[in-house]
Amino acid sequence: MSAEKTKKTVPYTVPIGPVHPALKEPVMFTFGMEGEIVRTVDFAPGQTHRGIEWMGMRRNPVQIVHLTDRVCGICGIVHSISFARAVEQIVGIEVPERADYIRTILHELERIQSHLLWAGVAAHELGFDSLFYLAWRVREESMDLIENLTGNRVNYGIIQVGGVRRDISDEQRPLIEKGLAYYEGLLDQMATLFLEDSTIRMRCRDHGFLSEDDARKLCTVGPSARASGLNMDVRQDYPYCAYGDLDVKAILPPAETGGPRGDVYDRIIVRLLEIGQSVGIIRQCLDAMPAGEILWEPKMAKLLAACKKADGEAIGRVEAPRGECMHYVRMAGKEAPESWKIKASTYSNLMSWIPMLQGEQLADIPIIVASIDPCLSCTDRVTVVRDGKPDILTKEDLTRLSREKTRRLMQ
Amino acid sequence: MARLPMVPELLKQLFSRPATNAFPSRHLPPSVTGFLAKVASGEATIHPPVPTPPKFRGKIVYDREACIGCTLCLKVCPAHAIEFIPETKRIRIYITQCIFCSQCNDICPKDALHMSPDFLLATENRYAESQIVE
Repeated sequence: MSAEKTKKTVPYTVPIGPVHPALKEPVMFTFGMEGEIVRTVDFAPGQTHRGIEWMGMRRNPVQIVHLTDRVCGICGIVHSISFARAVEQIVGIEVPERADYIRTILHELERIQSHLLWAGVAAHELGFDSLFYLAWRVREESMDLIENLTGNRVNYGIIQVGGVRRDISDEQRPLIEKGLAYYEGLLDQMATLFLEDSTIRMRCRDHGFLSEDDARKLCTVGPSARASGLNMDVRQDYPYCAYGDLDVKAILPPAETGGPRGDVYDRIIVRLLEIGQSVGIIRQCLDAMPAGEILWEPKMAKLLAACKKADGEAIGRVEAPRGECMHYVRMAGKEAPESWKIKASTYSNLMSWIPMLQGEQLADIPIIVASIDPCLSCTDRVTVVRDGKPDILTKEDLTRLSREKTRRLMQ
Repeated sequence: MARLPMVPELLKQLFSRPATNAFPSRHLPPSVTGFLAKVASGEATIHPPVPTPPKFRGKIVYDREACIGCTLCLKVCPAHAIEFIPETKRIRIYITQCIFCSQCNDICPKDALHMSPDFLLATENRYAESQIVE
């Protein structure tokens, strides 16, 4: 190879994705590398677009609530609450207080399981598989609890426009208490296993740094923003469901652990502390939960008629385990909404990858990418089609391109 | 000095029971059918299956006699899994399409639809008898 050519290949590019074992979900990364060091970062989401909004715009709100359960595999209830709150604002539905408390309890149970899932994935990305198995074993307790309360482990189907579909019975309360006691007893152990471990500290401290200023500029949300020192949490800033009655404060990395530094280690701290906070919130909910109705209108036909008459637009905002999630809905006197737009929390967090990854080593990419807890399947709302041609080439397209090339060469 | 708090935890786990659900038999039997025959005759025992939680949403159960053919369930089914048969004025439910949300159970005025705890539904044929409820 000539000297000039060698010069051109440095810095060289490393593509990772769209589907890669180091990434949990499809996204296309292009890294400009200089030796082991990442110099430039570019990424292209949109690899798992499923057209769920399109499906929603052909269905009525009662049907869409079940679609929203399936926007994300982990935060099932977040999207449902967010959508239901948007529709409730348009139709002018007042959710019964008990339903608000049940929503809050499930919302926090979901946060517990989501954060534990993330903790396991993070450990796995570091090559610490025993801790990964331990975190996921511990997570089962919350999954079982959710299954008992809602009837399913993943697609809960408990939220309905105007309330919830299932009550929490007196027999289920001791089960929740038991689950909470289990997690309370476990928090110290988890903190020790994650935060005092030398390997985790070596790999995560001062890696994937995101400054407070960058976090603000790039509109980072959720635990990633809080780890950088931004005091923001939808539950605290714009209370919804029962959060207005409860004591909820945004969790920042405490000063005794070195204050908010904005590295991967701080993101672990914030998420672990939030598990404890969620346990506390569920406790408060169980104590303060009033008796009463759980649905604004138990007759679905009447609810559908009310939705059909509604005209207007609204935004439902919810603090998902990954950050703020938003649903915009516009209804215009038809059964189906005229417009429905989902902004998943990861959408706001994607851009913070760029400052986080610059200057890091190739081997740090998986943990830093995982550190914002990316959920790309719920984020992808668009697939790019240029000049009528999609980016995805099927087998037929490739055959056609191949034949065209043969013809070109024959001329 | 390197701190590894996971090591004592792992040593402890060496002596604890597995956290996963037990397989029906402790070891792989030489013949599965032979083992099942032994279970049927009471010679061998299996680990009982893990029970589903109360109000679990499994395969749908349809009470054809109670149904009045009002088609309200078609209106709320998010997956379009229910078909109305005009000749008989009854419905047909495709389990392969069903997403187990039980919304049709809620809206049914005659309480003709229920969810069973039956969840082992996989087959190779989407139109198999077990995949269509009518």
